[in-house]
Amino acid sequence: MKSGIWVLRLALLLLFLGVLFGFLASFAYRLSDAKSDFIGFLKLRPLHVTSAYFGIVLGGLACVALAIQRDAVQRSATRLLKVHLLLWLVALVGIFYSYLTGDFGGREYWEFKPIWALPILLSYFVFLVYFLKNVGSYKSWPVYYWMWFTGIVFFAFIFIENYLWLFPYFREHLIADMTIQWKVNGSIVGAVNQIIYGLAFYLMTKISGNEKMGHSKLIFAMYFLGLFNLMFNWGHHIYILPTDRYIHHISYIVSMTEWVILIRIFYNWNQQLNENRTHYYFFPYRFLMAADYWVIINLAIALLMSIPAFNLYTHGTQITVAHAMGTTIGINTMIVLGGAFYFIKPTFESGKALMRMTLVFWTTQIALLLFLITLAGMGIQRALWQAGISGAAFGQMMLKSRPWMIGFIITGTLLFVSLASVVLYLLFHSFKTKATYQLHRKV
Amino acid sequence: MPSVKVAPITIFIMLSVLFLIYSVAIYLKPLREKDHQKATIQKQAAAGKDVWQKHNCHTCHQLYGLGGYLGPDVTNVTAKPGYSDAFLKAVINNGMGLMPPFDLTNQEMEDLLVFLQSMNETGTANPQHYSPKINGTFTLND
Repeated sequence: MKSGIWVLRLALLLLFLGVLFGFLASFAYRLSDAKSDFIGFLKLRPLHVTSAYFGIVLGGLACVALAIQRDAVQRSATRLLKVHLLLWLVALVGIFYSYLTGDFGGREYWEFKPIWALPILLSYFVFLVYFLKNVGSYKSWPVYYWMWFTGIVFFAFIFIENYLWLFPYFREHLIADMTIQWKVNGSIVGAVNQIIYGLAFYLMTKISGNEKMGHSKLIFAMYFLGLFNLMFNWGHHIYILPTDRYIHHISYIVSMTEWVILIRIFYNWNQQLNENRTHYYFFPYRFLMAADYWVIINLAIALLMSIPAFNLYTHGTQITVAHAMGTTIGINTMIVLGGAFYFIKPTFESGKALMRMTLVFWTTQIALLLFLITLAGMGIQRALWQAGISGAAFGQMMLKSRPWMIGFIITGTLLFVSLASVVLYLLFHSFKTKATYQLHRKV
Repeated sequence: MPSVKVAPITIFIMLSVLFLIYSVAIYLKPLREKDHQKATIQKQAAAGKDVWQKHNCHTCHQLYGLGGYLGPDVTNVTAKPGYSDAFLKAVINNGMGLMPPFDLTNQEMEDLLVFLQSMNETGTANPQHYSPKINGTFTLND
């Protein structure tokens, strides 16, 4: 159990660093040049992306470890979890050293030296063995075990694919290389989502006390729909890239299956509201509730962006960033925070503490909404420029975006303060209330 | 709630096999690509892409709309009127606007320019060169 909570602490630290670097990058974006500062934008962007994304990934894995340790009849192979943690520590030290010294060489989102990918890959294999040793026969797995298994296996596979560019066969063919690069970036998000959404299903099962939910036919159908999209719905990143047309067509067709998820949400709307009312005062649930609403907004945007004719104008603009931020903060981070609250501190000792955290919670949601609106504003400005509606030069278009940029910095600051408060609160309480995660076996 | 009748493992394996076939088809793409460039140019363009990565150019710039947002998309920068090799070298060496100067070796600079020229030859990243269609797709204008 101890190793699991240490993985969670590391994840929370990374999430804090992620929002801190993001906050600093938003200032560097406007106020300084990209390279000459102690830490300019060229370093801050990879630091922000890596910290935030690895924070989410590790947070998901930590909650998986804590969940299976709590549910396992007999805990085994806990040493493997220590090895997993150690491998991540080695990788993170190397990655941060690589970034801070400006020793890049990787690709977008993975700018660190490829050598540091090796401990991460090994950690996934170790975690897979650890997982399989603890969850018993697959024949009786609930859906969230399937989702976690899928996430771990596919992350490892796609992560290997992420480094195919090291071979000249791939690297020397620019379009094939970019196709694979964005196949990876698209589907690895799906793999991480399997881990995170699996955690959401796990938490809902435990909170509702309805263990049958994990074996429902409908929930399994949703899982397979997610898996199907992980595999074949990544081409919307490269609609404009002159690669094989069939890749674009497959992606367009497969992405439209996500309407099923949106329709299902609206079909279950009343049930959703009842559930919100029932569990609202249980704090871990509140983050799941927030994630549910962010799913609606982001899924609607994703569906529009998956239509090539629409994507043609939004692609390469901050509308894409708004979608990425909306999903990583609004959905993934909310679920990880819900999981962290569940395992670290599910209840509050006083009404005042609950009220304070409620205020921080709602500030985070409102700040995120405004933050996404400012990004969308910048994106629309750029989209109009790309479409040739304004004949301005690039620099003039950027100047016109200034009011949106100021709004972006202000709302980004608010988001940083509120999100960092939640993360630091959890981090400190993970040390303070040491026994909570060990004793609190049932809600 | 009804229990699952088709074993999830069966569906999982079937989907995974389809995914592997799809992935392999994409891995074979370099074999299907027309070799419109000499092998030496391909190698130099790949070396140029390494320079692009080493200096983290994608943090600010895009290729086919993929990358950062501080600077413009540079897929077709070598085809822009006035953007000669000499001009691009001057911009990279001295910076421009928010862009800082970069200290590249002569070889790195040559490789990077070949990479950008090769990117330009692959197609156009300008949305104005495409037309949306009623079925939601778009086509390249003649």
